[in-house]
Order: sequence, then structure tokens, then C-alpha cells
Amino acid sequence: MIKILKYSFYDLMRSRWSYAYFVFYLLLGFVLLFLNNNLDKAIITLMNIIVILTPLIGTVFGVMYYYNSKEFTELLLAQPVKRSTIFLGQFIGLSVSLSLSLVLGLGIPFLFYGIMNSAIILNFITLIFVGAFLTFIFVALAYNIALSNENKIKGFGYAILMWLFMAVIYDGLFLISLLVFDDYPLDQFSLFATVFNPVDLSRILILLKLDISALMGYTGAVFKDFFGTIFGLIASFSMLMLWIIFPLLRIVRKASRKDF
Amino acid sequence: MIQIKDLHKTFGKVPVLKELNLTIKDSGIFAILGPNGSGKTTLIKSILGMVVPDKGEILIDGKSTKGQWEHRQKINYLPQIANFPSNLSVIEVIEMIKNIRNSKTRDGDLVELFKLQPFLNKKLANLSGGTRQKVNIILTFMFDDPILILDEPTTGLDPLSLIHLKSLIKEAKEKGKTILITSHIMQFVEEISDEIVFLLDGKIYFKGSVKLLKETYNEQDLEHAIAALLNVQYD
Amino acid sequence: MYRLILYIIGFLCPILSCFGQLTVCPECPINTVQSAVEKAEDGTHILIKKGVYLVNDLVIDKKIQIEGEPGAIIDGNEAGGIIIITSDSVHIRGLRIQNVGKSYIKDWAAIKLHKTKGFIIENNHFENVFFGIVVEKSKRGIIRNNTIHSVSESEHNSGNGIHLWHSKMIEIVGNNVSGQRDGIYLEFVDKSRIENNICSDNLRYGLHFMFSHEDEYINNTFMDNGAGVAVMFSKKIKMIRNTFIKNWGSSSYGLLLKEINDAEIKENLFEENTIGIHAEGTNRINYFNNNFVRNGWAVKVRGACFKNIFKQNNFLFNTFDISYQGNLNENQFDQNYWSSYTGYDLDKNGVGDIPYRPVKLFSYIVNRTPETIILLRSLFVDMINFSEKVSPIFTPDNLLDNNPMMREVR
Repeated sequence: MIKILKYSFYDLMRSRWSYAYFVFYLLLGFVLLFLNNNLDKAIITLMNIIVILTPLIGTVFGVMYYYNSKEFTELLLAQPVKRSTIFLGQFIGLSVSLSLSLVLGLGIPFLFYGIMNSAIILNFITLIFVGAFLTFIFVALAYNIALSNENKIKGFGYAILMWLFMAVIYDGLFLISLLVFDDYPLDQFSLFATVFNPVDLSRILILLKLDISALMGYTGAVFKDFFGTIFGLIASFSMLMLWIIFPLLRIVRKASRKDF
Repeated sequence: MIQIKDLHKTFGKVPVLKELNLTIKDSGIFAILGPNGSGKTTLIKSILGMVVPDKGEILIDGKSTKGQWEHRQKINYLPQIANFPSNLSVIEVIEMIKNIRNSKTRDGDLVELFKLQPFLNKKLANLSGGTRQKVNIILTFMFDDPILILDEPTTGLDPLSLIHLKSLIKEAKEKGKTILITSHIMQFVEEISDEIVFLLDGKIYFKGSVKLLKETYNEQDLEHAIAALLNVQYD
Repeated sequence: MYRLILYIIGFLCPILSCFGQLTVCPECPINTVQSAVEKAEDGTHILIKKGVYLVNDLVIDKKIQIEGEPGAIIDGNEAGGIIIITSDSVHIRGLRIQNVGKSYIKDWAAIKLHKTKGFIIENNHFENVFFGIVVEKSKRGIIRNNTIHSVSESEHNSGNGIHLWHSKMIEIVGNNVSGQRDGIYLEFVDKSRIENNICSDNLRYGLHFMFSHEDEYINNTFMDNGAGVAVMFSKKIKMIRNTFIKNWGSSSYGLLLKEINDAEIKENLFEENTIGIHAEGTNRINYFNNNFVRNGWAVKVRGACFKNIFKQNNFLFNTFDISYQGNLNENQFDQNYWSSYTGYDLDKNGVGDIPYRPVKLFSYIVNRTPETIILLRSLFVDMINFSEKVSPIFTPDNLLDNNPMMREVR
């Protein structure tokens, strides 16, 4: 496993794309801080970007890497290596390298601006942490889609659709159902609807650090009781973990049945 | 010894291998022949475990290979299409496979034999088809494992390299290895193989020595014997 | 002439102690506060030495001064009220007064003043009191530098720290009130000044006005209360340089305005409140130079608000800047700084070239269905906000700040 991971990682580190991604975040961090000159505001903008962009990048890279490393995969499949090892190794290699680009790309500019001495260091860490989680989740989901679709174009299309659904359409449906059924108690429903979409869940986890007053203040006790507690925090991160684990299980299952 | 029992595989709705039974004894060169789409590559990939059979069983040295990976330690495989990660160099691929298989190699001798030194640090994407096939051959022959599976090993090779390849195959045979070869070049097959397995539409139509095949169809060379076999089948 | 002599005598009295001084201590001939008060005449200065003295419903009907030395403790043993003042010009200072009884029907207090003038209550420490200081129908008194603290569990069995009723011209300065129901409560109180107080961790409001007019409160801090300040049914209140901080909870706000007219709200800081200002039925109010920082809603304007002016305020990183119901109603937003303003200033005059719309569609939606807050800052919400910004359908389209500032207003 370590060997496969090493080679995938090595392979990615040599591709231009990881650098492009790294440089993108680096620039983004500097530009944000330069324009705002205010860590607070930069973090809010950053949140919007992380919650939307890391899933997108994870999805695109996941699909792309799967199709592009087909030769590599086939070469490995003829070697005495477990199938699940090959795919999990690739998955981890890709996710780790993307997360690393994120952490370094954003970490460096914010370090320059003295995040360490700032009160919002915790917010920043949460942000990066959630970004890394989203990367892992969406790479796993994208790998699933790619494994199930031999056709590159189709796979790519489905993957983008998946992202669009999670990032935008889901929230639209969610909002509409909240508005339509606003005569009923909606606290439980909203809680569940949030927890079942990793993008929403991540957004809420970051929001709890930023806009805590509005969220805590206005809606029912359910949110407060859930997200405001250590239990809620653990439950949320467990849910994010499940969002990684289930797609991974499917990758292993799917891969063991696939012909190459 | 490789035993294949009732092997069945369909891709989509097209059956590729139909209840195939085959036993390949230790040592010797076995040529798997058949027209395009007859299931040769599928058979080979099934043995390797790259293709998952719908039904049936493959035993290597008496052990089932189903869902296993350890048996690949005994097999050196030369794929039909020499696809490699394009942004790696030749030496990196060789080192990587060595690292993964973790057994004794003689890659240095082979690189010298095929005169690949000038290409070692070139990216695989930038190599010609023939050179890539040489890399392919090196990756297969640098190990010393009991089973060799060669899928169209002659593709794109120049005459000198072909001679080297033949001598490598013969050398392997002398060491008592089991060698499975598919090829379209009958002359090559005729020259090196001990036994022929003829596949058509996912079934075995002939299994025996080259001599037996020629005698059966009363032909002077293998090519015509095969043609005759095909004719009989399609009549 | 007679008056002058009186003044001179009055001035010299403390020095000469011509009206006498009584000292109370556990070993003294006078060992209870009650007997000291009984023996005292107008002008007597009672000094209470270190010790614990049980006092219940002690009525002070003479113009006396009571002063406690450090360690002098008046204890009510949770049996009822402690001191009741009915005379003018009573001074009480330096005491620790503790353990007032709780009641559901009577407002028992540590010190209750009834129909008095010219009192001074200062430098006292009140601990575990039901009501701290209750002032009824009184005038021209000073409540200064006291600390009032209790541990209250629910609104119905707790009392207010400083409670004024039907009074005038009272000064409440430099007190620290915590853990009460309302920190400071004023009902029918006019022309009074509340300055430099700190009200924190009170169950209901830090400061609460009812039917009170022409009062001002300056430089106070209201922190972690159920809600910061409530001003209701009052006129001409000045609210200047106060700090409203961390008042959050499901119906919490920094400042609640209800049915009030002609108020000045200037240079205050509203930080991390669920709602900075909640205004309902307010007319002719000037909101100038306030800072709204990281509130859930900076300002929530409900119905029936006319001619309110928001000028040169800073709105910084609030989740929602303005929530609005109904029409614009001659309310004005001008020259404010909005941290979420994304316009530009090509002519470099420090004023943004395109107007700012402080009301977002999402804020409107959340008003309708509060649960939708869970979608805050999602991409979908940003998208609908944007489309609303481009062509307003649900939000008042004339609600604009035409001169949004490019930099924070200092």
C-alpha cells in the first residue's frame, strides 16, 4: 500500500496540475489578504471558496486522475498487489497531494499575515481541516463514478453533475422544501438534510465558528443542542468520516469485480 | 501447472469464453492461437486475475486464484499494448516494478542486450512503439518466476531484437518455466512452441503439438493448417 | 442670613461632629444597627465597624449617614427586606449588604427608598439580594459605585439590581450589576442620568426603560445579558458611547426599541449580538456613528418605524446588515460604511459610485421561515441574493445607501 501510495503521490507531484492548484491557492490567499487587509473578512470569503471549490477540484482531479492513470493501474494489476491496495493507494495519494496543496497554498499567505498571533487561528484551522475532508470525500465520490463509467466523457459529466447537485441543487431543493412546508416543525428535517450533504455539513461546521450568533440565536433549540455541543461536533466529523468510508467501501467492492 | 475449469465470461451480452477447460502442464511453450476476438487475451487476463470470470475456476499449482493476488508473484506478464504511465522515465518504471515485486532481477543485462541505455532517462511517452516494446520485454524477463505470459511479444520489434526475444524465450524454457504465448505470426509460433491451443469463439478447438496439427489437416506449414482448421469450422 | 448659618453649620458638621457620631461594633455599647438608628438624630453619623449585623426591615426616618468600615456586613438572613429609607438626605456608604429574602408578591430589597430626596448610596457591595436598591417616588438622588451581584435562576424569582419607579433626576453612576433579573430598571423615571455602569449576566435586560422620558445613558457596558438594553414607550432618550456586547440567545438583542420617539443613538458599539438593534414602532431616531460588528443582524427594523436616520455608521462583518419589514417609510440610510459593499470608487472621493442595498433576499426569506438560516452562505443562497440585487422583487427597491463609504467611518 505504502509503495503504491508513494508512486501515486510521486506521479502527482510531478504533474503540472498539482502545482497549478497549489499556486492557485497561494495567489488566492495573498490576493484575498491584500484586498481585504483584514483576516476576518478574508476568512469569510475563503469559506465560500473552500466549501464550493475544494469539492469541485476534488471531483475534477479524481475523475481525471483515474482516467489518466489507467496505464499505471493496468501495469500494477499484473503485479502481485491486491486490487484494493492499488485503488486505495491511488485515492490516498491523490487526496493527500490535493490537501497538501490546499494547506500549503493557503497556509503560507496567512502565516505571512500573522495568523499565528491572531484570535482566528482556530477558525482558520477548522477551515483548512474541513477543506481537507471535502477533498477526500469528493475524490472518493469521483473515483466511484469513474470506476463505474468506462467512457471518459460520461464519467466526467456525471462527476460534475454530482458536484453541482451537492453544491447547489441540493440547497435549492432544501430551501424550497423549507418554504413550502413552513407550517410544520422543520428543525429535525433541516438538521437531517444538513447532515446528509457533506457540503452543507462542512458549511455549518465553519459557520459555527464565524456566524455563531445568528445561527444560535434564531433557529430552534435543535441546532443549538446539536451543533453547539461537543457531541454535535464529534457527530458531524463522524458523518464526514462516513462520507469518506462508504465511497471507499464501494470503490473496493467495485474494483474487485471490474475487468481490466 | 495451470488448470482452467469451466471458465465462462461474458462482456455485456457477448460471451467471450464459454465453459472453457484447459490444463497446462509445467514447463514448455504453449501458444494460444485464434482469430481476433476469440478470447485469447481474456483467457490470459483471467489467469492473471485482471478479468474476473463469471463462472469457473483457475488453479495454479493446485490453488484457486479467485480473489487472490499472491499467484501473480509467480507470473511475469507481457501485456499486448505497452502502456506505461507517460510521465515516468524508463529507469523509473523499471525501478518501480522491481520495488513492487521485490525479487531478484537482471535488468542490467537486459538493458544492455536491447541497447536501451540511451533511453533510460527518457519519458515513456516520448519513446517509439518498438522501444516501448523492448521496455515491456525487459520488465517481463528481468524476473525469474516460474510462469511467463506473453501477449503478442513480437509487436513492433526489429529483427535483431526478435532474435534476442527468441533466445530469451528458449532460455526460459530450458530453465523449465511454463510459457504462454499469443501471437499472430505463425512462423514465430511454429518455430518456438511445443504445444498449440486453438481458441475460437471462446472454445478450444484444438490442443496438441504443432506436428499433430499439421498432420491432422495434412498441411506443410502451420499457417495453412490453421487456415484449414478455420475452414472446417466455418463450413 | 439664617440660611447661611445653617449652611456653614452643615459644612462644618462632619469635621466637628457636632451632631454626634455613633459607633457600632459587636463589643461596643451600641452593638446593633437598630439601636444606633434609634439613638440617632438628624445629622448623626453612624460608623459601623467590622462585624456581621442582622437587620430586617429597619426603617430610617432621620437624616442620617451610615458608613461601614471594611468588613462591616449587614445580613438580612433571607427573612425579608433590609433597610427602608423614608427620610430625605440619607447617605449610606461602604457597607456590605447581603441575603435579602425572596418573595413572589413583595419586592423586598437591600435598600428601599420611599418618597425621599437627596439620598446618596455609594461604595456598597450587595450580595445575594432579591432587589438591590429600590427607589420609589423620589428625587435628586445618587447611586454611585456600588456592586450588586446575585445568582438568579429564573425571571420570576429574581429581582432587579437597581429599580426606579416614579422618580426624577436620579444619577446612577459607576455601578456594577450582575446576576439579577434586570440590571437597572426604570419605570416612569424622567431626567435621569445613567453613566459608566457595567451590567452583565443579568437574566433579562442590562438596562430597562419603561415610560421614562428625557433620560440619558452614556458610556455603559452591557454584556452577556439576556438582552442588552430595552427602551420601551419612552421619549427623548439619549444613548451615547455605550457598549453592547455578546447578548445572544433565541430572542436576544443588544438594544430593543419599542414605541419610542425622538431618541439619539450615537457612537455606540454593538458587537456579537444576535440582533444589534431591534426597532419596532420607533419615530424620528438618529442613529449616528455607531459601530455594528459581527452581529447576526446589525439592525432589525419591524413595522411602523418612521423617519429614522442611519448615518455614518460602520457595519462590519454582520451576518445580515439590515432586516426590514414593510416600506421604506421615510427612513434613511446615508454615508454608512458596509463591509460587504462590493462597489468601486472611480472618482476617488471616498464614496462608492454605486448605491448599496443593505437588505438581502435571504434576510427576507429567513424572516419568513427562520429554519432557512441553516442555508446561510451556501452557493445557492449567494446566487439568489445576487439575482435579487440585480433586480429587486421581494425587498424594497428604494432601500438604498446612495453614498456608501469606501473606508470605515472614524
